[in-house]
Amino acid sequence: MLDFAGKRWWYLGFSGVFFVAALAALAIWGLKPGIEFTSGSTFTVQFLERPVSQAELRQAMRELGHPEARVQASGDNTYIVRTSELENAPSLTAGAGPVPPGEIDDIERGLQERFGALQRKDFATVSGAVSAEIARYATLAVIAAAAAILVYIWLAFRQLPKPWRYGACAVIALVHDAVIVMGLFAILGEFRGVEVDTAFITAILTVIGFSVHDTIVVFDRIREMVTHDPYVPFEEAVNASLTETLARSINTSLVVVLTIVAMLLIGGETIRNFLLVLLVGIVAGTYSSIGVASQVLVAWENRDLARFWRKIRGQQELAAAEAA
Amino acid sequence: MVALTTFSIIVVWPSTPSRYLPGDFWPAGRGIKIGNWERETMRLGLDLRGGAYLVLEADPPPDYQGDIDQALESAKQVVERRVNAFGVSEAEITRASGNRLSVQVPGISLTEAQDLIGKTAALEFMVYDDQYNLVPATGVVNGQTLQMTGAYLKNNTYPSRLGTTFAVNFETTGVGAQLMEQITTRALQYPPGDPRRLLVVMLDGQVLSEAEVQAVIRDAGQITGQPTFSAASTLSKQLNSGALPIPLRTVQASEVSATLGEDSVLASVKAGLVGMAAVMIFMVLYYRLPGVLASAALVVYTSVVLMIFKLVPVTLTLSGIAAFVLSVGMAVDANVLIFERLKEELRRGRTLNAAIDIGFRRAWLSIRDSNVSTLITCVILYWFGDQFGAALVKGFALTLAIGVLVSMFSAITVTRTFLKMILGTPMAKSAFLFNASERPAQERPRRRMAEAAGE
Repeated sequence: MLDFAGKRWWYLGFSGVFFVAALAALAIWGLKPGIEFTSGSTFTVQFLERPVSQAELRQAMRELGHPEARVQASGDNTYIVRTSELENAPSLTAGAGPVPPGEIDDIERGLQERFGALQRKDFATVSGAVSAEIARYATLAVIAAAAAILVYIWLAFRQLPKPWRYGACAVIALVHDAVIVMGLFAILGEFRGVEVDTAFITAILTVIGFSVHDTIVVFDRIREMVTHDPYVPFEEAVNASLTETLARSINTSLVVVLTIVAMLLIGGETIRNFLLVLLVGIVAGTYSSIGVASQVLVAWENRDLARFWRKIRGQQELAAAEAA
Repeated sequence: MVALTTFSIIVVWPSTPSRYLPGDFWPAGRGIKIGNWERETMRLGLDLRGGAYLVLEADPPPDYQGDIDQALESAKQVVERRVNAFGVSEAEITRASGNRLSVQVPGISLTEAQDLIGKTAALEFMVYDDQYNLVPATGVVNGQTLQMTGAYLKNNTYPSRLGTTFAVNFETTGVGAQLMEQITTRALQYPPGDPRRLLVVMLDGQVLSEAEVQAVIRDAGQITGQPTFSAASTLSKQLNSGALPIPLRTVQASEVSATLGEDSVLASVKAGLVGMAAVMIFMVLYYRLPGVLASAALVVYTSVVLMIFKLVPVTLTLSGIAAFVLSVGMAVDANVLIFERLKEELRRGRTLNAAIDIGFRRAWLSIRDSNVSTLITCVILYWFGDQFGAALVKGFALTLAIGVLVSMFSAITVTRTFLKMILGTPMAKSAFLFNASERPAQERPRRRMAEAAGE
């Protein structure tokens, strides 16, 4: 039996470093919101006739009246261009007649004149009103998911003493995973221009689902042991549970990581960021069920914080006594 | 137990899509001939087949009086009718929150889609003039010459039977009544059979119906000469939703070219197969015989899920494929959980039969709880996606939910059946094949051990 709980401060400290680093990255750089969250337009264009450099394209966009355009290379002579909201979307009134050509078509024509044949691979535009709403609902979705999971675990573990602690610990672990993934994206956003879109939200929620999935498997062992024999010391029960589930935790994560790596290497460019979130999140989720959720549970059970607090207070009193 | 096993097999096998496995779907689905696969089996989302996606928001003028909700509902019908008239198959038009319509039109560009939806949809009444040219049917109201259009009809028309043919009954608004009175009075001057006695109804410049005026029409009338009831009913619907009842504004739009979609499909199918192969190799190497069984269960699992996708049908998007891969991981996880328990029980010296039963019973709780939490996430994601008609998120949630549900079924039923099937064979006696030989029962807290022994 491996002694996990005895080294809990090492585990918690290890993930604490990452957690704080992720928080710092989020605080310093923040997430780079995609058009879903800020409004704007993006399009992907591939130049077929001759290689076009990023600088050339940026210059061309400036000439076409879009100095704000951000140009990002995306593979074979292909670029993702992001601009403010393009006037492509006129009001479709009852008697409007044919839709006037949108700004995107003007841009496409302008680029064609400069660089020759090209292919517009995708185009998306989001107005301000919608983006604010998406951001609000995305936040709501994450909070709702966390709350629902907390309640479910509470119910599933109700025959144990203090069942809500299990739910709370699972939620602490999932917040840990979500923050680490978001921190990674703050870093990627700063250095590689990776933006956060609805796919990112989906990925975060999946990571949350996976993290909880993993945590519950460990908690389920603890539940089994504690219900069968309530007199086993809690730390020991946690250690035994972690030891017994370790192979399973690693194997399952390995299986999912294998598939994701396969998709990352072969799969399309479009879901690369999505898969990256999943990959990091799943590794974090596996670690957090062992190193965070279970350890926090033990620390809570042992009233570690209270003891820690008393120790500090005691030292202070001692110091005060000495000073006096 | 044998009966149960047989029963499980009976339950499992028909749900395996044997009619898809050897036939159309499996060989083509390997990413070699995607065109065939796409048409016959999977309903692909916009990101995989290319097309346009629009979110339209009701944009009522400041003095708008009507019921926006109702107007939007009929706007939806109008958009549907126009898209269908264009011959686009599998277009999806749904209501989204905040007075919005989400429109997905596969296979056409954004500009084409906007043209299509924004096209003038005027319902016009026409007559033949003395030169037998089709001209607008007009009348004079308050000194103004106005054309009789759909704007002067109430939107409560209904179809009815009229002898051997069918008709559409309509009521006119105040101005419409005056116009119709003048128009029909004029038409009645001409003898029956004269084209000038005809009243022609046109929609978007196409003739909808041509009928002879029988009497003066004022407040209410009929458009006769509809050959079938369904024709009359369609016409009635078209009249009720003649023009967009409310201006719509595009608040979100995106477009994916067909080539990009095709690339994604090819890449995803390839990645999926490589991923699955990697998983199977790993399972076989690590768990040996049960790993082989789990790989077989995985094949069953994959085909059942794909069959459900096809039969429902679930629109498969790129994120849906990712969700599917994730659900494969979770299906394998259920098996891993079971095998780990099985191994433990075997190392405690139980017979295989007992170990299978206890292993499954113990594993079930954690499989249930972990999967339910995933399902909860799916429900919330689906709701989130539904708020915007965001097909990406919705597709992901639905795919993952189906995957998780089937994986629970597959782990409990399929793997168990496979395990029980080998019970009678010599293979069942080999500890090596179950990778359960090296160590005795793992250490557990002492009290726990004592209790387990007494079980």
